[in-house]
Amino acid sequence: MSAVAAAALQLQGIHKAFGSFVALQSVDLTIERGEMVCFVGPSGCGKTTLLRIIAGLETQTRGRVIQGGRDVSGAPPAARDYGIVFQSYALFPNLTIRDNVAYGLVNRRRARGEIEARVAELLKLVGLPDSGPKYPAQLSGGQQQRIALARALASAPSLLLLDEPLSALDAKERERLRGEIRQLQRRLGVTTILVTHDQEEALSMADRVVVMNHGVIEQVGPPLEVYERPTTPFVADFIGKVNVLSATCVGDGRYRVGRVELTAAADGIAAGTAVRLYLRPEDRILADSGPLEGRPNLLAGAVRSLDFLGTYCLATVDVDGFDGQSMLVYCSLNQALELGVREGGRIPFALRGERLRVFPVQ
Amino acid sequence: MSAVARRGPLPPRLSLLAEAMVARGGVVLLAVALLLFLTVPLASLLVRSLEDRSGEFAGLANFVVYFASPAFANSATNTLAFAALTTLFTVPQAFLFAYAIQRSCIPLKGLWRNIAMIPILAPSLLAALSFIYLFGNQGWLKFVIEWFGLKTIYGLPGMVVAMSFASFPHAVMILLAGLALSDARLYEAADSMATPGWRKFLTITLPGARYGLISAALVVFTMAVSEFGVPKVIGGNYSVLAIDIYKQVVGQQNFSMGAVVGLVLLVPAVLAFVIDSAVRRRQKALLTARSVPYSPRPERLRDALLLLYVLAVSAVLLLVLGMAVFGSFVKVWPYNLSFTLNHYTYGFEEAGVEGAWRNSVVMAACCAVIGAAVTFAGAYWLEKTGIEKSAAFGWLRPLTQMQAMMPMAVPGMVLGIGYIVFFNHPANPLGFLYGTMSILVISTIVHFYSSSHLTAVTALKALDNEFESVSASLKVPFYRTFWRVTVPVCLPSLVDISRYYFVNAMTTISAVVFLYSPKTTLAAISILHLDEAGNVGAAAAMATLIVATSAAVTAVFFFIEWWLVPRTQAWRRSAPR
Repeated sequence: MSAVAAAALQLQGIHKAFGSFVALQSVDLTIERGEMVCFVGPSGCGKTTLLRIIAGLETQTRGRVIQGGRDVSGAPPAARDYGIVFQSYALFPNLTIRDNVAYGLVNRRRARGEIEARVAELLKLVGLPDSGPKYPAQLSGGQQQRIALARALASAPSLLLLDEPLSALDAKERERLRGEIRQLQRRLGVTTILVTHDQEEALSMADRVVVMNHGVIEQVGPPLEVYERPTTPFVADFIGKVNVLSATCVGDGRYRVGRVELTAAADGIAAGTAVRLYLRPEDRILADSGPLEGRPNLLAGAVRSLDFLGTYCLATVDVDGFDGQSMLVYCSLNQALELGVREGGRIPFALRGERLRVFPVQ
Repeated sequence: MSAVARRGPLPPRLSLLAEAMVARGGVVLLAVALLLFLTVPLASLLVRSLEDRSGEFAGLANFVVYFASPAFANSATNTLAFAALTTLFTVPQAFLFAYAIQRSCIPLKGLWRNIAMIPILAPSLLAALSFIYLFGNQGWLKFVIEWFGLKTIYGLPGMVVAMSFASFPHAVMILLAGLALSDARLYEAADSMATPGWRKFLTITLPGARYGLISAALVVFTMAVSEFGVPKVIGGNYSVLAIDIYKQVVGQQNFSMGAVVGLVLLVPAVLAFVIDSAVRRRQKALLTARSVPYSPRPERLRDALLLLYVLAVSAVLLLVLGMAVFGSFVKVWPYNLSFTLNHYTYGFEEAGVEGAWRNSVVMAACCAVIGAAVTFAGAYWLEKTGIEKSAAFGWLRPLTQMQAMMPMAVPGMVLGIGYIVFFNHPANPLGFLYGTMSILVISTIVHFYSSSHLTAVTALKALDNEFESVSASLKVPFYRTFWRVTVPVCLPSLVDISRYYFVNAMTTISAVVFLYSPKTTLAAISILHLDEAGNVGAAAAMATLIVATSAAVTAVFFFIEWWLVPRTQAWRRSAPR
C-alpha cells in the first residue's frame, strides 16, 4: 500500500481536437499539492484549452483528468472542485461585491451569519474590506480582479485556476497584483494553475513553469532551470531574449561561426553537423570585470545600434569574423557609460562558453 | 487559515442531471416549436401546391396553369413595379432624413426621430385611408394629383405613397444605424487635404453608408412585395400577388392555387433576405475597425436646408396621421365637417368593432408576454448553455438559429396560408388550434420572431461569456444565474422586445387575415371589412383606435422602463472611479 497522498492533479494523455484542428496533442502532467504552476506559451499554443479541460468547460477528445485521486474526466464543472478567475473578471455587474463573493456560498445553504463572516474574511484577505456594498463598476480593474479572486476562493476549493488574470490590467497594477496573488497563494497553500502568455509573469510567479507550443508541452521545470537550460530551441527563444547563431560543429564542443571558433561544453555532437547556438545577451563578460585578454571566446565588434531600455541597454553588435551575423549584447547603464559603448563605437567582450546552448539544425 | 480550509458539501449528482436536462431540453423544445409552427407549415404549403383541389397529387399542374394565366404575368410585374417604385421613393427620403439627424446640427433631433417612428404605431391601412381622404375622389387636395396628370389616387400612385409612409420608419432606423458608424479620422484626413464638402460626401459618407442603404432598400422592397392592406384599400384594380393569394384562398377557397402564388411571392422575399444577410455579414467587418466617432460641426446653410426638409417630412407624417384621426371625428367628409362620435359609436354598437378591438388588445398582450419570454429564453438556450459543445445536441444549434431567422424572409401572407394548409388538415392532431386565439398569438409571434431574436442575441452577446463558467465553478445551477444575473442585466432589451411584439400584433393583418374566426376578429382586420363595406369613417375610427392603443401602450412601456431602470439597474450608473 502506498502511503503517498495522491497528487493534486494528474493529466494523462490529454488530447483535444476542434474538428480537424488539433489543439492539444497528448499532454501528461502531474501537479503536486500546494504548487503554483504557470502554463505559458504563445497564443494558440493550447494553454487555455488545457485549463478549460481541467475546469470541465471543454471536454477532451482523449485522456484522463485525475483530481486528488478522483477521476473527473467526464464530470461537468459543477461536479469538480475548483475556483476560477478569468481575464475579464466576469463579476456579475448587477450584484454588489458582497453578493458576488457570496454567490456560491448561498447555494450551499449556509447560515446567513456564517456567509457574512466568510465574505468579510475574504474581502479582508484580498485587501478590500469596505467594498461589500459597492457594485463592480465602481471599482478599478485591479480591484475587480481581487474580488473575482475572493469569489473563486469563497468555497475554499482545493484547486485555483487563473486564466490570464492580469492581462487586462495596466503595467503598474499588473506588477502589484502579481506579488499579491503569489503571496496569497503561498499563505493559503492552495494548488494553483495560472495561464499566461507573458513569460516574465510566469518566471516571477511560478514554482514550476510549463512551456507549451502547438499543443505540446515543450519543457516543465522551475523558472530558473527553464531560463538557464532550455531543452528545445523554442523554449530558448520564447523565454527571455536570445541570440541565435548559425554554426558548424568542428568536434569536441567547438563550433565555427563565420571565420571564428567558439568553445562550449563538450556534448557529443559529431564534427561537421550544422547547428544553431543559443546565447542570452547577458552571457558575456565585459572589460569592467578585469582584463579580457587570455579569456576564451574573445570577440570584438562594431556597435551598430544601442537601445536604451531604462536600467540597461542592448547593443546590436556586428561581430568581427561572424560574416554578417550580429548579436545582442547586454550592458547595464553604468557599463555603457564607463566602457564608452555608443553607436558607431567598438566593443570587446568574451562569451561564457558554458552557457552556450547547442541545437542541431533539423 | 482554518476558515479557508472549511468546505461546503457538494450538491448531489442528481441535481446536475436535472440541470443538464433543463439546458438541453430547452433547446429541443425551441427547435420543435419552430419546426411545428414555422418549417412544417411552410413545407405543407409546398406539398399543397403540388395537389389539385381535391387533394390528389397533381405534380406541377397548378404551376403550369398559373404561369400560363395572364393574371400571373400581370400581378408579378405589378408587384415588382410597386415594390421597386416604393423603394426608389422611400429610401432617398429616409436617407436624407437620417443624414439630417446623424450628420448635421439641427435642433430637436430626438423629436424628429420620434415623429419618424409614428407610422409604426399604425396599421399600414391608415396611410391608405388618409391618402383617400386627402387625394381621393372627394379629396381636399385632389388638385395636387391633377398637377401630376393623374385622374385618381387609386392604383399604383396611391399605393406607393401609402406604402412609403408605412415603411419610412423602418428605412430611417436602418439608415440612422448605418450613418452612426463613421470614422471622424477619415473626415479629418480629407480636411487636411482641403477636400470640398460634396467630394467628402461622395467618397466617404456614401461608401460608408452603402451597407445601410442596401439593407434599407431591401427591407422596404420586401415590405412592399408582401404588403396586403395597402393595395387592398387604395389599389383599385391594380392587382398584386398578395391580393391574388387572398382572392384564391378567401374568395375561391382554392388552397392549392393560393399555395402556388404564395411560393411565387416567397421568391423575391427570400432573395432579398439572402442578399441582406450577405450585406450584414460584411458590415460586421466594418464595425470591428477601431474608429473615432464623427460628430458634426455647425454649418449654417446646410443645417437650415436640412431643418427645412425635416420639418416638411415631419409635417407630412403628422398630416397623414392627423387626416385619419380628423376623418374619424367628422360627419361626412368633406361636405359636413361638424364633430361627431358616430363613427365610433356605430362601429362599437353595430359592426362588432368593440369585440375586435378587445381581441386585438388581448392578442397583443399575449404576444408581448409570451413572445418576449419565449424569444429571450430561446436566445439564451442557443447562446449561453454551451449547446454547441454537446456531441448529442450540438447540431440543433445551427438548425435552430436558421429557423429563428427564417420568418424575416417569409411574407405574412405566405405564413398565413401555410398555417391554414397545415392546421386545417383533417389528419392534424393540432387541428383544434384552428380558429382559436392561440393560433393568432402563435402565428404573430412566429411572424415577428427574427427581429426579436436578434435583439435578444445582441443583448446576450454583450454579457461576459464566462458568467456561466463562473457559476458552474461555484456550483450554482445555470438557471439561477439566468434569473439573478442574465434577466436583470438584459431587462431593457426584454422590455424592447415586448413592446415590439405588442405594437406589431396590434397592427398586423397579413398572416392573421387567414386565421381569424368570427369570434377572434382583430381590429386591423375589421378596418378592412369596414372599408370594403364603404364605411370609411368607421374604418378611420378603428385605425385611430389602434394608433391610440399602440401609443398608450408604448407610453406605458416607456414608463415601465423609466420606473424599472433606476430600481433594477442602479449598477449601471456607477461610473468607475
